[in-house]
This record gives sequence, structure tokens and C-alpha cells, in this order.
Amino acid sequence: MSIDAPAVLGEPIPRLEGRQKVTGEALYAYEYRADEVLYAWPVQSTIVTGRILRLHTDVVLAMTGVVEVLTHLNAPKLADGDDGELLVLQSDRVAYRGQVVALVLATSIDTAREAAAALDVDYQNDGLDVELSAEHPKLYAPEEVNAGFATDSEQGYVDAAFATAAFTTDEVYTTPALFNNPMEPHATLAAFDGERLDVRDSSQGTSSVQQTLSTMFGLDPANVRVRSEHVGGGFGSKGSPRPNVILAVMAARVTGRPVKIAYTRQMMFALAGYRTPTISHVRLAANADGRLTAISHQSYTQTSTIQEFAEQVAEPSRHLYAAPNRLMTHRLAALDVPTPRWMRAPGEAPGVYALESAMDDLATVSGIDPVELRIANEPDVDPESGTAFSSRNLVGCLRRGAELFGWAERDPRLGIRRDGRFLVGTGVAAGMYPAMTSASGARVRALPGGRYELGVNATDIGQGARTVMAQIAADALGVPVSAISVDLADSTLPKGPVAGGSSGTASWGWAVTKACERLRSELAAGAPVPPEGYEVEVETSVDVDAMAPLARFAFGAHFVEARVDLDSGEVTMPRMLGVFAAGRILNARTARSQFLGGMTMGLSMALHERGELDAVLGDYANHDLATYHVAANADVRDLRVEWLEEEDRQLAPMGGKGIGEIGIVGTAAAVASAVRHATGVKVRDLPIQPDRLIGQLPPRFL
Amino acid sequence: MKTFEYERATSVRSALTSLGTPGTKPLAGGTNLVDLLKLGVERPDLLVDINRLDFGGIEPTDDGGLLIGAGVRNSDLAADLLVRTRFPLLAKALLSAASGQLRNMASTGGNLLQRTRCTYFMDTTKPCNKRDPGSGCPAIPGASRELGILGVSNDCIATHPGDMAVALTALGAIIHVDTLDGPTSFEIGEFYRLPGADPTRDTNLPAGALITAVEIPGLPFGAVSTYRKARDRASYAFGLVTVAAALDVEDGIVRDVRIALGGVSHKPWRASIAEESLRGKLVTARSFEAAADAELAAATPTEQNAFKVALAKRMLVGTLHELAGGHE
Repeated sequence: MSIDAPAVLGEPIPRLEGRQKVTGEALYAYEYRADEVLYAWPVQSTIVTGRILRLHTDVVLAMTGVVEVLTHLNAPKLADGDDGELLVLQSDRVAYRGQVVALVLATSIDTAREAAAALDVDYQNDGLDVELSAEHPKLYAPEEVNAGFATDSEQGYVDAAFATAAFTTDEVYTTPALFNNPMEPHATLAAFDGERLDVRDSSQGTSSVQQTLSTMFGLDPANVRVRSEHVGGGFGSKGSPRPNVILAVMAARVTGRPVKIAYTRQMMFALAGYRTPTISHVRLAANADGRLTAISHQSYTQTSTIQEFAEQVAEPSRHLYAAPNRLMTHRLAALDVPTPRWMRAPGEAPGVYALESAMDDLATVSGIDPVELRIANEPDVDPESGTAFSSRNLVGCLRRGAELFGWAERDPRLGIRRDGRFLVGTGVAAGMYPAMTSASGARVRALPGGRYELGVNATDIGQGARTVMAQIAADALGVPVSAISVDLADSTLPKGPVAGGSSGTASWGWAVTKACERLRSELAAGAPVPPEGYEVEVETSVDVDAMAPLARFAFGAHFVEARVDLDSGEVTMPRMLGVFAAGRILNARTARSQFLGGMTMGLSMALHERGELDAVLGDYANHDLATYHVAANADVRDLRVEWLEEEDRQLAPMGGKGIGEIGIVGTAAAVASAVRHATGVKVRDLPIQPDRLIGQLPPRFL
Repeated sequence: MKTFEYERATSVRSALTSLGTPGTKPLAGGTNLVDLLKLGVERPDLLVDINRLDFGGIEPTDDGGLLIGAGVRNSDLAADLLVRTRFPLLAKALLSAASGQLRNMASTGGNLLQRTRCTYFMDTTKPCNKRDPGSGCPAIPGASRELGILGVSNDCIATHPGDMAVALTALGAIIHVDTLDGPTSFEIGEFYRLPGADPTRDTNLPAGALITAVEIPGLPFGAVSTYRKARDRASYAFGLVTVAAALDVEDGIVRDVRIALGGVSHKPWRASIAEESLRGKLVTARSFEAAADAELAAATPTEQNAFKVALAKRMLVGTLHELAGGHE
């Protein structure tokens, strides 16, 4: 290790496993083979709330190939794993439509599926309460909201500020229930060998799955191995164990045979976790030059009756702009619905949509250019904590975006640009996402001949973790990427955090850097590596805890052009530009994909995605990909990404801020802004589909 | 899923013989049937694969029309030069449907027989009068945003999901059918049916019959035609409202017109009232609007799909305006 190879961090290295993935060689959880495997198929409740009175399992057990039917009557008792959704088959209570009430185990997947469909269940039906509103009688203030943030915060006197403001806005912005739909549905293969449990799970973090399984099944963690070598996306829905892994392990325990389970696409809509519908009441007050004097963001979301999940919708409004008078609150209603969970940028995606839509409303009522309005409200320090930002380049993103997009030529008047039957407009919005880092372990082993084995419990959910970990190690060791082999997503590796919160790369990468630097210092230059290799293992708690108390956020600015068809109310986005300031970009190729993916998901949130609640039957009626619309290729036109060079020494040593989520934050607000600029109609309820516009569009013929 | 038998038909006659047994379904492209098999909505005992049968290609007819074999794939039909020149609305309707992969598989006959895509019909855990007669229609008080506004009944508000059939309805196509008792045919407006009190059947196709061909009668102004589709995303979405129209204008007067609407009813909706209202009228936005209003006066939407009335009007008026060579 005496020869320093050229630095590769930042270089657009192609994914190390790309060829394996496109040739089908890369195995996902469900694709592993096991002898004597059983196929599990969940039976889901067809009532919303009530009790299971009788399960007619005898009919199903008599079917050829059916081995066992697990129900609350015969399932093993589980310890509480801190998530009510995981306490499957533990009682006769039904808490939402689609909850698992039985699990059929059979020797083939088609038998399991047919048997599950044949299982009749008698219920006591206790009614339903599934519709969120800002006046719902069950609304309450949770103790804290997701990620440990304060439920309420208040500073100054918001109402008084409104009395004296030059400009005010007071509107309600809503987002519907949104559903995680990674390409690979949740899936597990679980097998016991005596007391040893081996699990292949489609998960964003094997350490947390291992811990939960150990707790819930009373197993020695040393006997539980969880691997997630390749994961086909997650968006947060695989960030904690889901019922699939509990069911598979339960079934493997009972039958003594390996068990496979995979959700169907339809099951995903009840059993994977989703983004709660959100209602944001946002009020802004500003003085004559557009400086905010008050920001009030009161949010309303839902959770289930079996597990509290409070999305931190108003949290981003505490940091994006300053004002002397501020009020941010979260109210939650526990309804008869599946438990909402993480979906890309929980809190920020719906919260910044609401705040930035309100800023667009303020720009309209004040006549101040929306870019300049945001720049005028740039805070010196984090408005919530009063601490400095480690770096904050929102203004840089806005200025660079305006330049690239041709913002200076924009005519601010609404609804005047006609191109045939289309109205054309442009819009802008800001985005932000916290740059978080948590402690991680890592180990690295030098082998004779100049090869290195890196072990880090990262998970590659498509973001490119395997590749960027190799790049980090290569630079820290001064060797080419080809000298590194990466072992990841295995709970037998040193413990690592989940691939979530846009914090994975910073967290794992810090441990990788530390391990490689230690190896380098412990192995004297030029000294031969012992035949058995030389290994070091590190952990970064001390380093992470020693970080200065600063506000760390990535920022972004979205500029979009909308075309609205006057005949159909359809909206298309011919141009989308995102400019981001996210510290150092560690792999230009995979980073670009992350930004593009986030922006595409933001476009999809703006224009397409909508869980359609059936308030009578109590579920989301459009639970497949034919009827729950995500953006198709044809919806995504000219998508452009830029990032600013940003050096921030107050981050993990690689200097990156995390980019998994920032791309989706603000996109929808920019789209709504552009649609208003085009048509004069401001839509405050997502998604912006023909039904939201058609009745309000100006006449087609004058 | 339920186990079923599969056989490959060697002749139309042998297929018809097999289809004579209840519980038998013909399998063409499978783009709808296979979905429904997986969901447990269709539970046949036997599938008769008719993909190897020769139903003929695309032939011009003496009256300037076309005869299209039932096995012609949607992508081939859309690409055909005769279709594109004589009946551009049909080519556009085909290309607006589904995805490239699905169009490569979907057959002309099978496309006509695709089932309703109401989410309740597709979900066997829920009531649906079409799937389970007498169980009720939860769509009416439920998620009805995409469902019907014309010709609906208290038992069903499902919509025909197709695009091709909407264009064929505007063209007054003839559906040729073979049965064990011999061939017969239906004008497309008689082929599809409204739900009424029996939504179980989408069409009047006799049990055990096979579609063999679709005939489009000649239409001199068929070349002045188009198809527009309003939908929730730019590709791979069923139409919220679609319009197939052909317009014959002379000296600023509507001499003749053909209009069909999709996404609004259990059948592709021939807008006869609008057509009648337009014949002999001046080509103006006002006559188009009056025609649309006349056609849509009978609409009985739900709260969730009331927007389709305004949408259908704007789509219809805009489409006719385009066909009239209108400039903005």
C-alpha cells in the first residue's frame, strides 16, 4: 500500500454489480433456493375493524399441498418488537382492512395462493373510521413526531403579526395517501438450522431486522443472520422490518422448514407502509419588502390504532425561512387504517410542498418575484436552534437555477401564454433535507498481493452503496477500486445503520474511512501483509458524538415548465431543472440517478399519485400499478440536474450530505407554481389531475 | 390460483367445439385474461389458445373500408398504411392504448372483449354485481372517479376501458362472429351493451362464439378524423374521457360527423345526439358546444366523477375544432 492510486471519490464509476443486475445473476431475497421450502401466502382481513370469530381452516388444510395454516389460535407468541404492525397473528382483533389474519403454508406457490383465497373467515364487524380531516374528533398531539422532533413549537405572536403585515396568505394544502412501490416487493426467505436462523430479507438494514427478530422470537442475536445482498428499491418502506419477515420466521419456526414469502403488488398497499395523507394549514405574513414576519404551519396526519407514526410535516418549516413569529404544530388521528410509515423524505416531501406552495401564494399576492422572495428570507442561522449552518447554499441553488432556466425573461403575469390549445407557465420552489450521520462499524482486511476485503453493513437499495463504499475505501487506502472487494448487507458484519434518512453513505463511509486509515497506519509502509491477512475493525460512535452542534442540511431549487391542455386539463412538464447543494458528490453517475429519481418521484407526487380512499369499505381502492398511477416514461421529458461545488468540513470526512431524498423535496410545489403561472388556477390539493383543473380553466375559445 | 386445462385450437371449428362447454375461455393475446386469472376474477376450467388460428390480415373492401382479421395484433393494426390513411382515428386510438409491449400481444378480437377495469370488479374481496350478481355496487358510494356517467344503472357504473373500440364505434364497425350454428354479425353499437339490471355481460356475444373479423364500412371523410384521450398520465392509463371523431365539412357547414366517447359508459358511447345536432350546422365553437351539451344532458355522474361532464364537453369541442382545421 505504498503506491497511491489516483483519487476516485467523485468519479462516475459504474455500479460494481450493474452487470449482475441486468443479466439476472444478482439474486434478490425470494430468488434464493432452499430444500423443502414452503411457500407462505397471507390471508388479509376483509373487514376494517372487529374480531375474528372463526377461521374455516379445516377446508384449506384438506387441500393437497397445504401443510399448515397459521392463525392467532396456533401462532407462536411474540415479544413486543416496538412496532404493533409486527405483532402478526397475536390476537383476534382486526385493526384495518388488509391486515393479516392467517398465513397459509403450502408446497407450491400456486397452491398457497389458491388456499389462501379459499380460507373463509367469520368476523364480528365493528365498523370503521378511516377518513382524515382537520376537524377529526380523534386528533391529538403526539408526544413527539417521527425522528424525535418536537410536536409543537412556538415563538412570538403569530396572530399579532398578521394584524400588522403588509401581505398575508392563509391556505390549506393537502397531499393524498401515497404508496411506496419499489420494483421488488417485500420478500423473505427464512430457515432455521437448530437454533440458528438464516434470513434473506428485502430490507434497507439487516442490523435492525436481526435485532427485531432476536427480540420478538427470543433468539440469541448471535444465532440470527440476516442478509439483503441486493434490494430492488425501498424508499423507506423497507427501513424497518415489515410483517413479511416476521411471518416467514414464524412459519419456519413452526414447520421446521425453510419458508418463502413475497408480497403481491396489491398487498403492498396495506402491508408495506405508506405516506399518510397530509393536511397543512399554512399562514404566512410578510412586510412590504417580502420579509416574513410570521410563519404558521399546522399539520394534520393519520396513524393506525396499533402503532403510532407521526409524520413530521411541519418540521421543515422550522428551518427553511426565518420569522420572528412562528408556530409549527402536529396533530394526529389514530384511524382504522394501515400504519403509515416512511416514504422518501417523510416530513419534508409533504411539508415543504405546503410551505413552498404558500411562498408561491405570497409571491403572487405581493407581486414579488418568487426567486427574490425566497432570497429575501434567507436566514443567517438556523431559525429553530439559533445555531449556525454547517453550510447553506439555497441562494446559490436559486441563482444558478434561475440562470440555467432563463428565469430573468419570465413574464410574471398569470394565464397569458397560449401555444395552440396549451397554456404555458414556469414555476420554482426550494427544497431542503437534513444531513444526518449516525454511528457505524466497518472492518477492512489487507491480503497479500495488494487486495483488500471491506466489510461494512451498508445496504445497496439501488443508490449505489456498494460502489461508493469501494470508492471511499480505495481513496482512504490509496489503491484502485479494483483492489477492493465489498461485503455488505449482512448482519454478521460490524453493526451499521439502515439505508435511510439520506444518512447511509455518510454513516457507513465514515466507518470505512476510519477503518482504512487505521489499517494504513498499523501496517507499516512496505511491510509485508501476513499470509492470513491483516484486519482492523472500527466503530464511529465517538466520532459522530464529537460533531460540532451545527445545523446541517442539503438544499435544492427546482425550476419547472408546465403545459396545460385546455381541452383535457392534463398537465405535462416539458422541462424540469434541479440544482442542489449537498456537499461533496461522491459518485457523479449514481448521484445524478438519485437526484433524477427523486425529482421524478416528485413529479409523480405532483401530477399522478393518489391513493383513492373508499370510505365505505375502508381501504384504498386503487391498489395496483394499473390504477395507482406513478409517472411513466412518457411523463418524464427534459430532466436536468446540476449541483454546486460545496466544501463543508463539518460533515463526515468524505464531505457529502446525503442525496437520497432531497430530489423529491419541493418538486411538487414548483409544479403547482408553474400550473398557476400557466393557467391562473392554483391547485392546493395534490395531485394536479384533470379533475382538479377542468372546471376552473379559462375558456378555450375567446 | 385455480388450476385449469390448456389446449391449442387447430381450427376455428375445433375451438368452437371446445368453447361449447361452459367454463371454457378463448385465449388470444392474454393481456386482460391473464390478469384476471391471477386475480381470481376469471376462473375457467379450460383455456383454448386461438393464437395459431388464421383469421386473416388487413384487407381493403370494395366500399373503401377494411376487413381486419380477429388475430391481427394492435401494434400491426396501428402501423398499417391503409388504417393510417383511411381511418387515422383508429391508428391513434390504438397507439394511445396500453403500452408497446401490450399492443404487441393484444389481438383485435381480444381487445374488443376486454373486461371492465373497475377496481371493485378486479378485487374479489369486494362486492360487485358484475362479478357476483346481487352482491351490490360499492363503486357508486365508493371510489368512482374513473367510472361512468352515461347509460349507467343502479347496479353498475363500470366503463368499457378500451380505445380501439371507441374508434370502431365512431366508424360503425361490424363485428363478425362464428358459432357452431354458423356465422353471424353485429353492428358494434349492438355488440356492446349497457349494464341495466344485468351487468354480468359486457357484450351480446353469444356464449361459445368467436370473433373472427372486424369490418369497417367505407367512410369517405374517414381520413379527416382523430382520437384524443384525457388521462391521468401520458402513457399506460385508461382514458378518463376519450373522443373519436370524423368530420365532413363543406363551405363552413357540417355535412356529416361521427363521434364516439370512451371512458364515460359501460359501452363505447356513440354520440348520436351530438351528431344529429351538428349536421347542417355552421362550423363554430358554439355549435360544437351545443352538440356536446345536448349529448351530455343525460349524464348522471357521481360526486367524484362529475368533472367528466365538463371534461367530455371540452374534449369533444376541442377535438371537433381541430378536425375543422381550427386555428387558435
